[in-house]
Amino acid sequence: MASTIRVRAVSNGDTTDVQSLIQHPMDSGFVKDAKGDLIPPHHIEVVEFEHAGKTVFTALWGPAVSKDPYLKFSFKGANKGDELKVSWVDNKGATDSVVAKIG
Amino acid sequence: MSEQAGPDRTRRLIIKGAVVGGLAGFGLVGGGLMRVQAADASKWPKDAFAQKTEADAIKAIYGKSAEESDKVRLDAPEIAENGAVVPISVSSTLADVTSIAILVPENPFPLTAAYKIPAGTSPMVGNRIKMAKTSKVVAVVEAGGKLYSATKEVKVTVGGCGG
Repeated sequence: MASTIRVRAVSNGDTTDVQSLIQHPMDSGFVKDAKGDLIPPHHIEVVEFEHAGKTVFTALWGPAVSKDPYLKFSFKGANKGDELKVSWVDNKGATDSVVAKIG
Repeated sequence: MSEQAGPDRTRRLIIKGAVVGGLAGFGLVGGGLMRVQAADASKWPKDAFAQKTEADAIKAIYGKSAEESDKVRLDAPEIAENGAVVPISVSSTLADVTSIAILVPENPFPLTAAYKIPAGTSPMVGNRIKMAKTSKVVAVVEAGGKLYSATKEVKVTVGGCGG
């Protein structure tokens, strides 16, 4: 039920400002756990934002992006009430996606 | 598996009526079955993210090197108390920006994040990154087929290669 993705897209007339927060450990692969074993890398690789069938923003992330990654960008050509799709995939093949309404 | 994959996978299986079980299934399923198309993992430039130097990483992802430009704006704190969460934003006044990348030369793998900017999307991105120790941060902007960069030193009090 609960999505890992929180996204806020606000139209300012011409431009839509997007902010997103994704829940993910973003393990770098350089940190040890309590037993002293390395925690293997586990991070999001690709995040895509899609409006009206067109990709408006793509993030390619390595393991040095912070835990629970935050992202901010803006794009043109969307109206209030339009849908913005957000999806991610990580290095273990897990994915999540959400559709947000532009406000 | 991770705590992340568990509930997520369950949800997807319900959505798709348990058609696909494999973790890699998202790439193999026709669009009709998917409610929302998942991000495409094949777009990830594995090679560039594995490079150990900043110059090699830029070459691997863009195939060329960057020149310094005052038209690339890099906003970063002068001192980051917590290296695990360093807010970085990059913008540019250059025309026809198609990509933005952020690199930290002192990290084990310098390439931290790369963004694709299609026409109609502003040449700006804000995000948060991890820094192992005090380092330059390099912002690279691809505009009109050429590469431009800006650099800023960020002092890190407590290193945060995730820990």
